[in-house]
Amino acid sequence: MNNFEYLRAETLDQAVAAAAANPAAKFIAGGTNLVDLMKYNVERPERVIDITRLPLREIAPTEEGGLLIGALVPNSDLAYDERIQACYPLLASAILAGASPQLRNSATTGGNLLQRTRCYYFYDPGTPCNKREPGTGCPAIEGQNRIHAILGTSEHCIATHPSDMCVGLAALEAVIHVQGQGGARRIPIGEFHRLPGDTPHIDTTLRHDEVVTGVELPPSDYGSNHTYLKLRDRLSYAFALVSVAAALKIEDGVVAKARLALGGVAHKPWRDTAAEALLVGNPPGRERFAAAAEEVLRDARGYAHNSFKIELARRAIIRALEQAAAGTPQSQTDKRIR
Amino acid sequence: MPNPEAYVGRPTSRVDGPAKVTGAARYAAEYFAPDLAYGVVVSSAIARGRITAIDTAAALAVPGVIHVFTHENRPRTAWLDYNYRDEVAPPGSPFRPLHGPEIQFSGQPVALVVAESFEAAGYAASLVKVEYEAAGHVTDLEVKRHEAYVPKKKRAGVKPPPEPRGDPEGAFGAAPVHVDGDYTHAIEHHNPMEPHASTVVWEGDGKLTIYDKVQGSQNSQKYVASVFGLNADDVRVVNAYVGGAFGSGLRPQYQLFLAVMAALELKRSVRVVLTRDQMFTFTHRPHALQTIRLGADEEGRLMSVRHDVVQSTSQFEDYQENIVNWSGLMYRCDNVALTHKLAQIDTYTPGDMRAPGATTGVFALEIAMDELAERVGIDPVELRLRNYAEKDQDENKEFTSKELRECYRIGAERFGWSRRNPAPRSMRDGRELVGWGMATGCWEAYFQKTSARARLAAGGELEIATASSDIGTGTYTILAQLAADDLGVPIERVAVRIGDSSLPASPIEGGSWTAASAGAAVQAACGAVREKLLGLARSIDGSPLANAGIEHVAFRDGRIELAGDPERFVTLADAMQAGGVEHVEAEETVSPDILTSMRYSMYTHSAIFAEVKVDEELGIIRVTRIVNAVAAGRILNPKTARSQVLGGIVMGVGMALEEESMLDHNLGRFMNHNFAEYHVPVNADIHDIDVIFVPEHDDKANPLGVKGLGEIGIVGTAAAIANAIYHATGKRIRALPITPDKLL
Ligand SMILES: Cc1cc2nc3c(=O)[nH]c(=O)nc-3n(C[C@H](O)[C@H](O)[C@H](O)COP(=O)(O)OP(=O)(O)OC[C@H]3O[C@@H](n4cnc5c(N)ncnc54)[C@H](O)[C@@H]3O)c2cc1C
Ligand code: SF4
Repeated sequence: MNNFEYLRAETLDQAVAAAAANPAAKFIAGGTNLVDLMKYNVERPERVIDITRLPLREIAPTEEGGLLIGALVPNSDLAYDERIQACYPLLASAILAGASPQLRNSATTGGNLLQRTRCYYFYDPGTPCNKREPGTGCPAIEGQNRIHAILGTSEHCIATHPSDMCVGLAALEAVIHVQGQGGARRIPIGEFHRLPGDTPHIDTTLRHDEVVTGVELPPSDYGSNHTYLKLRDRLSYAFALVSVAAALKIEDGVVAKARLALGGVAHKPWRDTAAEALLVGNPPGRERFAAAAEEVLRDARGYAHNSFKIELARRAIIRALEQAAAGTPQSQTDKRIR
Repeated sequence: MPNPEAYVGRPTSRVDGPAKVTGAARYAAEYFAPDLAYGVVVSSAIARGRITAIDTAAALAVPGVIHVFTHENRPRTAWLDYNYRDEVAPPGSPFRPLHGPEIQFSGQPVALVVAESFEAAGYAASLVKVEYEAAGHVTDLEVKRHEAYVPKKKRAGVKPPPEPRGDPEGAFGAAPVHVDGDYTHAIEHHNPMEPHASTVVWEGDGKLTIYDKVQGSQNSQKYVASVFGLNADDVRVVNAYVGGAFGSGLRPQYQLFLAVMAALELKRSVRVVLTRDQMFTFTHRPHALQTIRLGADEEGRLMSVRHDVVQSTSQFEDYQENIVNWSGLMYRCDNVALTHKLAQIDTYTPGDMRAPGATTGVFALEIAMDELAERVGIDPVELRLRNYAEKDQDENKEFTSKELRECYRIGAERFGWSRRNPAPRSMRDGRELVGWGMATGCWEAYFQKTSARARLAAGGELEIATASSDIGTGTYTILAQLAADDLGVPIERVAVRIGDSSLPASPIEGGSWTAASAGAAVQAACGAVREKLLGLARSIDGSPLANAGIEHVAFRDGRIELAGDPERFVTLADAMQAGGVEHVEAEETVSPDILTSMRYSMYTHSAIFAEVKVDEELGIIRVTRIVNAVAAGRILNPKTARSQVLGGIVMGVGMALEEESMLDHNLGRFMNHNFAEYHVPVNADIHDIDVIFVPEHDDKANPLGVKGLGEIGIVGTAAAIANAIYHATGKRIRALPITPDKLL
């Protein structure tokens, strides 16, 4: 870990100004990802700006009937919040599918959005990596790529975004509130994370001086027709090989609205509106679900060790939609898959 | 007659438990010295080649940095390979840290940065710039398979394959039923919780006290003395507590060399702790490519067994395991050929990891046996009974004891095996397929030369001392139990001192031999103290024990009583007073009896039954139930014994489903070097585990009749699970770990 300057921001403006003044500054919230990366010498910030004193710990109702989650709300508090459990159980479930209780106690909503990939090479400064050191190459493409992406990859990077929470947020059409020197912005979750293209070192559309202040959830009307299904190499405490967030609004036996997002398959939470559209207007059923899965995976491409994810994702989508349609969401405590 | 008050045989909580849970127990990296400096290792980025330039200027400029050691400025150490060979080194040239510019494996230490603070050392380490000239490396065993060779020099203590017996080829040809399969498993790293660390305390005058994470303090002591040309008496190595090791601490690891080198050069105390990713740069369970061919008659009786293995080793040492001998030992068969070859890849030398060799070989054999049972159409347990080995055909010896039949019977009964529908895919629980599989486990019951000292004070305090280690197995506790019983003192009064090279000689803790060996040594030392005490008691004028021999007395509650007449006694205090002594002390050494080991084979056995539930569509496997019936001789402490077997089983679940050190063959580097990506089982992966100790009397293997339990739990477990997965799904997976993709 390098030497760095530590600043504690008392106000949002201070935080923004401190970041703007130093291009090698980093915000720190729960620290569960940033500190690890600093220990590995992957992140070497000159200045660490502690934002944990900022007043961003509330979950407040919005005028539209949704909720605005402060960026510093810990993952645990969010998952166990009564309003979230009642109206956004899909989000609660996605959060509880991730990490461990200890990590979720420290991890924040903003930090979770901005956690970095778990690509082995990215974590190991002894190897090349375009994301860590642009222009050095991507050894994962010809190397160990079991945990890598099958959708939206580029010849420069095939990493995935590891978050579970964000997959839930993508299905729920969350909007990210940010504030920087240029003022406040609202970024739909689908535009927040990027595909790697030829600049894989840039994960998101957030600007360097911008602080995530909150995550807004629009009103939700899926009742119990939702699920978060996470498949991984052990039954808990592992990142997703493939995960699926699904939510359906079923009226008179017909799907009136569908939301479908995948984790573990791309550089961003992967929502597919075309696949959603295939579901709408039809009664829920395996055949329709399979068609939706086909649509999601149409352009999927596998590498030496992760091709299985294409088939796994197909089956996971179908199962998740079955769970959602039946109103039997996946439990995150009982590891038997429904 | 069994003593109902005895501690031995009773479930007894760890005597070191309170120290561990309160943090009073200190591990190698938790010792301090006023002049402590901190060393951080810089690791090589390439797997093979040489360092062409190493620039330490930026590192040296970091405030607080004291020195940067590289191959260019390394202090001189011993010249000959011989000096670097530790107690358990395989044949070859042991790795010498910072020896020269050559790189022999990825992650090889190329520099040690020493600073006044850990933080400064860590930062400076990231600034050391190393330039390499890479040479072609190969880390893929498949690529080197055709270069496999039979190691010329055998590794001491590891049985080479026996000579072929009978006519295996002819018998295979004649056999009506065949099994022929290739089996493999992933390289695994031991990954104990405690990282490897050495704190070297500079005591002045060239004397060192070293707190080392190691399984044998005297092995490290001898290594340090020999490599650095020190007098062994000036080097004291302490490993009072070890946070798990599983074999990774059998040999001194490179952090010890580096810390001692720095301490001697800088004449101050130095600590070096490896990071978790550096824990993937040394010893590991080697990769092995196995082929098994079984020929049997229509009743399933084995006619021919062939087991051929190519195992990976490094470029510099011929590490060898006994992988194949089990296939000639575990079942009766007159026509057997077993071969074991090595192929060199560019990694560090592999090393013993929990039941080395057996874990590997038995997993393959026991899947092959399951395949055979299916082909013959008989129950897998019945197949094993039909081929039950009454004697060790590899070595043509009788067993000291073998209650494996009882293991099968009791284990099957507890599991409910008779309710198994033999057809694959025939059992379901809702959406999930259910599978029941079983396997046999086997491990050697070793016994090693060991010394111990017992010292009883007039006040009743008993101190037991031996250099043996407790790597989490419960050694402290069983030694306290044995000693308390022998001298009739409450266990609370027994102080066990182990893990210190200045104590009576003991081998490394490995091979599951410590209970038998250190236990017997402690019993011998206590026995000698008893004799001395009785002598003193008899010397009292008008002693009530005047004519008693040692077999006529019992030591109870601080007294020596006449057996059968407890009113006639001498207190220990009176006996010592009579002799004018304040304590009685004795040191004894026990060693294996050569004649017995020439005549008999000594093994621990087990029968493992596993239930899995599989979501077939998604490839998700849950191991819902395991029953393991173990015959391991006498059980000194059912509580710590059970923990050992549980730990072995959990590691077996890891081997079956999760553990895999992934090599990037282009870079020659293990890539998933952290606990987020190297998966070991977590709570959610583990359900009901039932451990049964099958009664077994053994009066030959060693004086205590115990066989050791540290390793048997893992042997066979992966096979039982793989067999259960086959039974559930009809998919025969011969490559571990069985991850979801393999079932899709
Ligand atoms: C062993 C392990 C297992 C895990 N398993 C899972 C899992 O299964 N699923 C899963 O989803 N996650 C998992 N995680 C990741 C975990 O969810 C993240 O580490 C956590 O959410 C990060 O939150 P934090 O507050 O600690 O972020 P920090 O580490 O503090 O910050 C992370 C990044 O976000 C930036 N940042 C933080 N807050 C803001 C803000 N308000 N505005 C702008 N930038 C900000 C920081 O600058 C930094 O770059 C795991 C982590 C570990 C260590
Ligand atoms: S996949 Fe991306 S993060 Fe991984 S090595 Fe390639 S460039 Fe780096």
